[in-house]
Amino acid sequence: MKKLLLSSIVILIGFTFIGRLSYLQLFRFSPDQILDDPAIKKVYDYPERGYIYDRDGKLLVGNQPAYDVMVIPREVKPLDTLEFCSLLGIDKPDFISKMEKARRYSPRLPSVLVPQLSKEDYARLQEKMRHFTGFYIQKRSLRYYNTKSAANVLGYISEVNEWDLQNNPYYVAGELKGRTGIEKQYEEILRGRKGVKHIQKDRFNRDIGPYKEGRLDTLPQQGKEIHISLDKVLQEYGEKLMHGKRGGIVAIEPKSGEILAMISGPTYDPALLVGRERSRNYSKLHYDTISKPTWDRSILAQPSPGSPFKILNALVGLEEGVIDTETKFRCYHGFYVGNTLRGCHCGGGIRDLNNGIYKSCNAYFAGVFRKIYDKYETTDQGMDVWEKHMKSFGLGDFLGTDLPTGAPGRIPGKEYYDKWYGDGRWAASTIISNSIGQGEIAATPLQLANMTATIANRGYFYTPHIIKSVGGNGNIDPKFSEPRYTTIDRKHFESVIEGMANVYNYGTGRWVQVPDIEIAGKTGTVENFIRVDGERMQLTDHSVFVAFAPVENPQIALAVYIENGYYGSRYAGHIASLLIEKYIKGEITRKDLEKRMLEKTLEHEYNKPYSGEPFKINEYVW
Amino acid sequence: MFGKGLFGRLDWVTVILYALLVFIGWINIYSTSVGEAHTSIFDFSTLYGKQLFFIGLATLGIIFVLFVESYFFERFASIFYIVSIVLLIGLFVFGKTIAGATSWYDLGFFNLQPSELAKVATALALAKFLSDIQTDIRTGKHQIYALIIILLPAVLILPQPDPGSSLIYFSLFFVLFREGFPIYYLGILIFAVVIFATTLMFGTVWVAIGLIILTLLIYTFKKASVKIPVLPVLGVIAVSILFSLSVNFVFENIFEQRHRDRFVLWLSLEKDENKLDEIRKTIGYNTYQSEKAIESGGFIGKGFMEGTRTKGDFVPEQHTDYIFSSVGEEWGFLGTATVILLFSLFFLRLIYIAERQKNDFSRMYGYGVISILVFHYFINIGMVLGLLPTIGVPLPFFSYGGSGLIFFTMLLFIFLKLDSNRLKDGI
Repeated sequence: MKKLLLSSIVILIGFTFIGRLSYLQLFRFSPDQILDDPAIKKVYDYPERGYIYDRDGKLLVGNQPAYDVMVIPREVKPLDTLEFCSLLGIDKPDFISKMEKARRYSPRLPSVLVPQLSKEDYARLQEKMRHFTGFYIQKRSLRYYNTKSAANVLGYISEVNEWDLQNNPYYVAGELKGRTGIEKQYEEILRGRKGVKHIQKDRFNRDIGPYKEGRLDTLPQQGKEIHISLDKVLQEYGEKLMHGKRGGIVAIEPKSGEILAMISGPTYDPALLVGRERSRNYSKLHYDTISKPTWDRSILAQPSPGSPFKILNALVGLEEGVIDTETKFRCYHGFYVGNTLRGCHCGGGIRDLNNGIYKSCNAYFAGVFRKIYDKYETTDQGMDVWEKHMKSFGLGDFLGTDLPTGAPGRIPGKEYYDKWYGDGRWAASTIISNSIGQGEIAATPLQLANMTATIANRGYFYTPHIIKSVGGNGNIDPKFSEPRYTTIDRKHFESVIEGMANVYNYGTGRWVQVPDIEIAGKTGTVENFIRVDGERMQLTDHSVFVAFAPVENPQIALAVYIENGYYGSRYAGHIASLLIEKYIKGEITRKDLEKRMLEKTLEHEYNKPYSGEPFKINEYVW
Repeated sequence: MFGKGLFGRLDWVTVILYALLVFIGWINIYSTSVGEAHTSIFDFSTLYGKQLFFIGLATLGIIFVLFVESYFFERFASIFYIVSIVLLIGLFVFGKTIAGATSWYDLGFFNLQPSELAKVATALALAKFLSDIQTDIRTGKHQIYALIIILLPAVLILPQPDPGSSLIYFSLFFVLFREGFPIYYLGILIFAVVIFATTLMFGTVWVAIGLIILTLLIYTFKKASVKIPVLPVLGVIAVSILFSLSVNFVFENIFEQRHRDRFVLWLSLEKDENKLDEIRKTIGYNTYQSEKAIESGGFIGKGFMEGTRTKGDFVPEQHTDYIFSSVGEEWGFLGTATVILLFSLFFLRLIYIAERQKNDFSRMYGYGVISILVFHYFINIGMVLGLLPTIGVPLPFFSYGGSGLIFFTMLLFIFLKLDSNRLKDGI
């Protein structure tokens, strides 16, 4: 016993240690501990963010250097504070509080003292920098905008937040990430891939050399440039025309689905969201909840489309065979739903497809709409057929564009009305407003532009997209080059397009003709309401216009939506005609009209509901 | 293979194991202390350079020990003992303070730690006393003498303060056990430790309930022929409960907060996970870091000189008390298991050698050597692995430090020298 005691103890201890070691090194060990190893610091090498060009190769977004003044509090030697402050453009109390903040963060680690100096400040400071020990200048790259337009399309970049950090392991706190628009959508292409250096640290957080001689390190991959389909000239011109107006414009090249312009009014200079004033500017824009400059109306606003939608009802009527081009309806300066007369501004009389369209006759389209439903035994069946046709134009659902945001619009189906009225308690006459694009139908300007492009193409469209080429060699998602066909036969389009061309020639759009360009279009005047302090008020109608040109071989299809612009040709039509002229001819011949559109604002309309006074709507005030 | 000379009679298995341990230790000291600039391994401004120098000194020590006549150690054991006691007392006046402990004499080129010397001397003196023909360890008087020999240096070392070294002397009880000191004393000690720990963990009430249930179980399952008197058993239970009651008092009033924190950590007394984690990362910082470093080594380790936490110097005292964590990080489970295996073989070999001694003094001294080494090994690695509370003792042959290495070496080689003479008559 006593001879074996010590041996047993030695063996017991051995097994205990081996057991504990197995637990620690075999059971608890996990191979990715390098991630939280305090001894390895990762230093990143950021590649330059890719440039963004327009469809013609004009630079839209580049990069500019910015200079942060950094401080390592522990290394600071006594200095001429006043001189330093004046060089930095801050006052002394500010300087002292910033230094205190940096020291509290860490005496050993660098903190930003003054972010993003301008080039001029930097130049002045640089010469004197050597007098100030413990401070240094760190260069970083900011976005530079070669345009004051397209802020919402281009989007902005900002520091990653908690959510990004948790959901994407690529990002590290303090990095920048595309937040909206193209910057967001093409984030991975634009940003490239950062390089990583692993640095071995000691417990005082001092660098003591590369980890594993840099075998795990990676080189940065450059961000790629991208070309987008916007036309810089058209975009900038459109934004000028939107001066003082709210609304959205989208222009599409029908033969490719490329978005030529995406204009939202009001807008802002994208440069506001860069640099030292960024957060102040951002708050200002973000908290403007009335005019909402950061809310991209071209893809998010979902008004009722109004009369342009009549064209689709005509096409469905033709496709379903319930009308032909000669089918006639009588307009009694309106039409009867039961015993109620619904008004119409076409002037009354006998209407067929052609003048029904160019005079925008409500009675004609109400008649067509009823006939579509009458073809089927039940309203539900009629509804399903109608809904299917409408949705084939990309309405009532997300289009599948390469924009990070969007809205589905609405093509109401039978479930919608069953819920609203009850099953079997509604009929075509109940929802007759849908025939003229009012009622429950809603579409974004982008959807309207796409609908117009579809008509221009005589029955198909390409999914609208903003990307033209990645890295200068095409290389975009193949889904953007696949045509999407509607359920309407190609042969029905010509007669409808003829009606749309006549809108310009004799109809509601005759005031907005462009010399030498044949345009097919359709006006829209959309009733709308607002709630202010719980009170429902009707406002001046929205002005809507859709058009494509030239009628043969269309190059541009667009939708213009001007909030409270009154009737269709008044603002939307004029703006559309100017944009078409600008795009096709490159210059404007109708200088008076251009001047008027550039100068007129609708601020007086927008102020009405907030004035607290009773107001009139739909006034002719020029 | 070396004939009948000294080299032929030396136990080469032990020597090779010793050399391996020293070599592996030095490799790890090199890894923890090598800097950016790769200088020569003989650069004495570096820790690994100095350790190499100490290895040289230790080798000289070995040669010295091997050429001294064996009887010299037995004859002068008392003198050594008295000299080391004097040196320990002298520390109170001439001691040099390093890291808060007054444990060193400054010899200029070298800091001498007399508590290391005293370990050798005490082992010798104890062996000499016990092997004396007139000593009978079964008598109370001689038990007390033996205790005094062991405890005197321990008491002198305690106020340096160096509780770790002080504790080491208790290991010499194993010598006594081997020589007939009643082994149930060890049982009592273990029993007391168990009561102490369980009281802290569960409270006196549960300890009492546990004891009673245990007693009842023993009575239920004992053979009918075995008679266990009732009164002494009741007495044991009563004393245990009294002891248990005193535990809380001692813990709350005699212990200092830093001691309490170590126990809180060791026994996971704090039930709030967050608070426990907090303590683990502050009070238990060393252990936390060393466990993390070992854990991060995995099965095969990060490789020689690739230990990130080792290089980053995250584990404090890594070249001394925490050297084993460097083994764990850089050599992984393969490395740590190998070291444990080497130590175990080494100790078992030494026990085997001790048992083959015909001379009492040699055997007793051998047991002293083994007990001291095993105790160091147990406490050091137990602490590094987070099994024991933080007690600062070096890992023999591994940890950086001149006094440690030289005296551990001399401790060992005196024994090997005695062993080499075992076949001669007398010493």
